[in-house]
Amino acid sequence: MSIVESELETVVDVSGSNELEVLNNNALENEAIYILREVAAQFEKPVLLFSGGKDSITLVRLAQKAFFPAKIPFPLMHIDTGHNFPETIAFRDKLVKELGVELIVRKVQDSIDQGKVVEETGKYSSRNMLQTTTLLDAIEEFKFDACIGGARRDEEKARAKERIFSVRDDFGQWDEKNQRPELFDMLNGQIELGQNVRVFPISNWTELDVWSYIQKEEIEIPSIYFAHKRKIFLRDGFIWSAEDDVVFRSEDEKVEERMVRFRTVGDMSCTSAVLSHADTIEKVVGEIRESKISERGARIDDKRSEAAMEKRKQQGYF
Amino acid sequence: MEVLKIATAGSVDDGKSTLIGRLLYDTKSLTDDKLEAIEKTSKQKGYDYLDFSLATDGLVAEREQGITIDVAHIYFSTPNKSYIIADTPGHVEYTRNMVTGASTSQAAIILIDARKGVIEQTNRHFFINNLLRIKDVIVAINKMDLVDYSEERYNEIKADFEKLMSKRDYQDQKITFIPVSALKGDNVVNRSEKMTWYKGQTLLEHFEGLDRKDIYNVGTPRFPVQYVIRPKTEEFHDFRGFAGKVYGGELSVGDEVVVLPSMTKSKIKDIYFYDKKYKTATRRSSVTITLEDEINVSRGDMLVKAGDLPTIDKQFTATVSWMDSQNLTVGSKYVVQHGVNKVLAKVENIHHKINPDYSGIDTSITSLGMNDIAQVTFRLNKPIFYDSFKNHRTNGSFILIDNQSNTTAGVGFIN
Repeated sequence: MSIVESELETVVDVSGSNELEVLNNNALENEAIYILREVAAQFEKPVLLFSGGKDSITLVRLAQKAFFPAKIPFPLMHIDTGHNFPETIAFRDKLVKELGVELIVRKVQDSIDQGKVVEETGKYSSRNMLQTTTLLDAIEEFKFDACIGGARRDEEKARAKERIFSVRDDFGQWDEKNQRPELFDMLNGQIELGQNVRVFPISNWTELDVWSYIQKEEIEIPSIYFAHKRKIFLRDGFIWSAEDDVVFRSEDEKVEERMVRFRTVGDMSCTSAVLSHADTIEKVVGEIRESKISERGARIDDKRSEAAMEKRKQQGYF
Repeated sequence: MEVLKIATAGSVDDGKSTLIGRLLYDTKSLTDDKLEAIEKTSKQKGYDYLDFSLATDGLVAEREQGITIDVAHIYFSTPNKSYIIADTPGHVEYTRNMVTGASTSQAAIILIDARKGVIEQTNRHFFINNLLRIKDVIVAINKMDLVDYSEERYNEIKADFEKLMSKRDYQDQKITFIPVSALKGDNVVNRSEKMTWYKGQTLLEHFEGLDRKDIYNVGTPRFPVQYVIRPKTEEFHDFRGFAGKVYGGELSVGDEVVVLPSMTKSKIKDIYFYDKKYKTATRRSSVTITLEDEINVSRGDMLVKAGDLPTIDKQFTATVSWMDSQNLTVGSKYVVQHGVNKVLAKVENIHHKINPDYSGIDTSITSLGMNDIAQVTFRLNKPIFYDSFKNHRTNGSFILIDNQSNTTAGVGFIN
């Protein structure tokens, strides 16, 4: 995508008109809005996958901008692992009410109850992998042809090769060797019946870009992103929440109270915290700027192996 | 913040991934956990230096073969600019990836191994950057440590490359030569102590100093309509907004515009970006435009300034870069996606193949295979509104979609 061809700073002559402000161009924002409009135009049943995390919250704001003064022309869908931070769910419900858009929730617990997936057990058990089945079932149930997600290329090596429009077959699989070339701004959304496209409008944003945008736009985000006192324990050099039952903790893992915040809000059982005193958005942005540990370093599921992410993606994971 | 996207090209073992890794390392863009992973893997493999290529070679298949096989995007920033590097492979069979990476870039790095000098691959990389009209090109002569940092060798390679430059079609391209050692870190981010004879900028210094005028050609404004916004709410009962991105120039409130293809005239009433109105829509901004008159406009239509019309035609000839395993043949039909507009097209004639190594043309061909570049004439079922690629990078390019497989089979640059 050619976001970068934008004029990046602009001086517009506004002499004689007080109501008209300078249109301050953000190349990444313009690109994301362009992509969201392509989705609405090229697909019959798009959906925005909403996790309650900062990336999907950013997507929602971008979608508001893309279609104003109309409402966002597609529903939001939350694949609920049942392991959410309670703050995230409360936040989600409030946001949806304000937007006046439809929210679809599909639960991993239901997939477990129906015997479609088996819960992992043990010290590192998580529902992160199980989400895939629930997601694929929901895509089939609603016949969604495009799923918009907040993944970014800077998150992980295999993501760096993901297209903006990424075609998945009936099994939700990603064939990394057979990806469509994406040239200039042109997005090819032609698919066969049964296929669907995963769309990544903020592909080219970095973690810092997202945080800076949240700050500039004054976007509200769940409280767990800010430093707060929490009961935690240490394992393998990571900080785990000791306040939530879904995180496995053995007797010998000592609980202490510390000031922490979360950099991502995935499944609680595989999301670790960082020590922080950043309790405002300004402080968080400052901290990210200085940070020496990449964001996915706090996601345990990637540490399983070098190729962890790529393997999950081939199986249909977002 | 300014964003610069750079395409990289090099042959196998030119050290492209090492160069990118070096850029990340010396700009302190590698985080501790990534650096740790690189150190760990380098040690496991028994290397006595850091294998930076591990920072960029993303896919398992690549790590197994030790080569890059697709376009990867790498991000880093300085206090001055954000950079995106499109890491494109340098194999003969991957012309398509190089074209893809270059299509979204404003600058390019061509890597040459100082021991090997200008080789056939170099010609190809240069040809593609020139075909795609990349305005700023760096020729990085790498592995200078292996030729004793010799100024003589550098000058020899530079002279060879300059011979190529006389053959290029797009002359308005700035070319800068830099002697580097990606492995040792000479002239990438930091000045080399070994090559005091080189007085120019380092690679990063060059990019930091690039101005917008160095990387963009200014054209005429074109506004392809992506989506029509009709809120149908009490407050915005009669609102009909045309959503799209402005290419090539600016559009302002009050501008007289012509809607293509209907040729209806009107004036721009309002320009919205989200919930605010603006006087001018700047280049590449994603805005919503309303018109003074109630006229019928739909997706694929185009707003242009009156008196500044593009070519409106059902036939055109273009340089096509073919990317599919199914050959393109005379008489076959494709969907032409020109911006956001789609029409059906039939291949009327294949004139000649262009050897992308400056060795001339081939008039004997009857079909195009993967990675071929050729002059092709198309006939369309409906007229499109285009400029020549030379004058308008966006409105002069299109993709070809195979209606059976739905894949993007090729890209074209209109004459």
